[in-house]
Amino acid sequence: MLAQLSITKIRSKLSLYIPLIKSLQTSLLLLTGVAGYLSAHTTVNWLHFWQMLPSLFFAIAGSTILNMWWDQDIDAKMKRTHKRPTSAGQVTREEVLKLGIIVSVIGIGWALMVNWFYGVVVFAGLFFDVVVYSMWLKRRTCWSIVWGGISGAMPILAGRVLAVGQIDAIGILLACAVLFWIPTHTLTFSLKFFDDYNSAGVPTFPSTYGEAATRFAIAFSSVVAALTMGWASVWIGVTAGVLRVIIVLSAGLFFLAVTTVFRPSDRVNFSLFKYASMYMLFAMLLIIP
Amino acid sequence: MKMTSLDRTLLLLTGFLAAYQIAIGIDQMDSVSITAYTIAFGVILVAGLLLIILGFEVLDAPIVVIISTIIPLALSLGLVWQHLASYRTVYLIFTIVSFLAVILTRSIVMQNKLPVIVIAITHGIAGMTIFLLPIILSAQGQVMPLFSLVGVGGALIGLAGLLLSFLKTGKPILSRDTIMRLFPMLLLLTTALFVAGFKFG
Repeated sequence: MLAQLSITKIRSKLSLYIPLIKSLQTSLLLLTGVAGYLSAHTTVNWLHFWQMLPSLFFAIAGSTILNMWWDQDIDAKMKRTHKRPTSAGQVTREEVLKLGIIVSVIGIGWALMVNWFYGVVVFAGLFFDVVVYSMWLKRRTCWSIVWGGISGAMPILAGRVLAVGQIDAIGILLACAVLFWIPTHTLTFSLKFFDDYNSAGVPTFPSTYGEAATRFAIAFSSVVAALTMGWASVWIGVTAGVLRVIIVLSAGLFFLAVTTVFRPSDRVNFSLFKYASMYMLFAMLLIIP
Repeated sequence: MKMTSLDRTLLLLTGFLAAYQIAIGIDQMDSVSITAYTIAFGVILVAGLLLIILGFEVLDAPIVVIISTIIPLALSLGLVWQHLASYRTVYLIFTIVSFLAVILTRSIVMQNKLPVIVIAITHGIAGMTIFLLPIILSAQGQVMPLFSLVGVGGALIGLAGLLLSFLKTGKPILSRDTIMRLFPMLLLLTTALFVAGFKFG
């Protein structure tokens, strides 16, 4: 009876904690880390590889939880996020902070034990995301998304570093591809939930520079992301066939980006955002041998 | 009409098949054929992804007429370049001119029937090339018999094109809902036949 009660309690806690890690976003970032590791096309060190997955997962999840803790007041004001367990009051701020610290420490600690350089890059991702992006810049300037992008680019760089033991040009290119892909995501959200961000007092590109400039920024960053990904793929040494697929997918992205600028609409904008996510997912799978 | 999970799965499979064809299925060919097939299967791949994202409503966009012309034109150019060496230049000119004509007649408002005539000629010649050439080559023994599957695929995509064209002109052969229900399966079957034809032919 007592055991059943504790199982029920654990289950109900987990159901509250799982939304805190934004499972889809965490999975995609984890995939970029895997792609970064396997892009080295060297003999896989399975001990490293199997430790990279949980360490990176915990670090990404930890930084997401800490962001939720810090942004609880903003989330509560926005329609899109007001039902999150943090803003809905289902979990206390203190509890979220403790959970975020524990999960982050597990992730960073594990990463440092696997390889100190890899651990440093993973820590940099968490630091840029929580401290620089969320705590310092998010409420001050719309350019905070650059730092959000840099932190999002760290998992792929970390994977690459773990595989090759250094920050090489391919690692930087792959990180740049993710960095330029992230604005298509964040800027589309800032357009779609313009009123939400305004009411929460978060400066965004549309509120600072207007809708047209934001659409142009989305198109520009998606094209640069595609070009950088293509460039990285060539340097990685993917086969001609794989490169053709990447070029085709990039052409689709370019087509949508141009349409966004010259025939703007919420629908086209949304499709670019969705396509860019699919593009990044497929590109990551394609650079894995 | 709302897209179901089955529709999305079928379209995703179509995309994977098209990607496979681009990545692996056309190696060892000359550069023009590779380019032509990459464009044809590339349009299928990107169109499949856009359909998944935007739903069937995307088929109502005017640009679909132009984009859908690329598939038969590029595929037939690849076939001619690969198997009919003496017609290469003529067919390349036909491909470029007819594609430009489609763009032009679809970009300018015209009261006459020229846009329809241009589409009919373009799809007619390209479609018949995709349908007949693989079957004739297979019958003559110049390629393996299964290459004729490309022709069968050509017939199927022609059928899909016809259904959509009649729907757009307001004289549908089948209801819009039926066409949309059939469309993902037709696209998958067509792509599968093309891929199988190239692999085993």
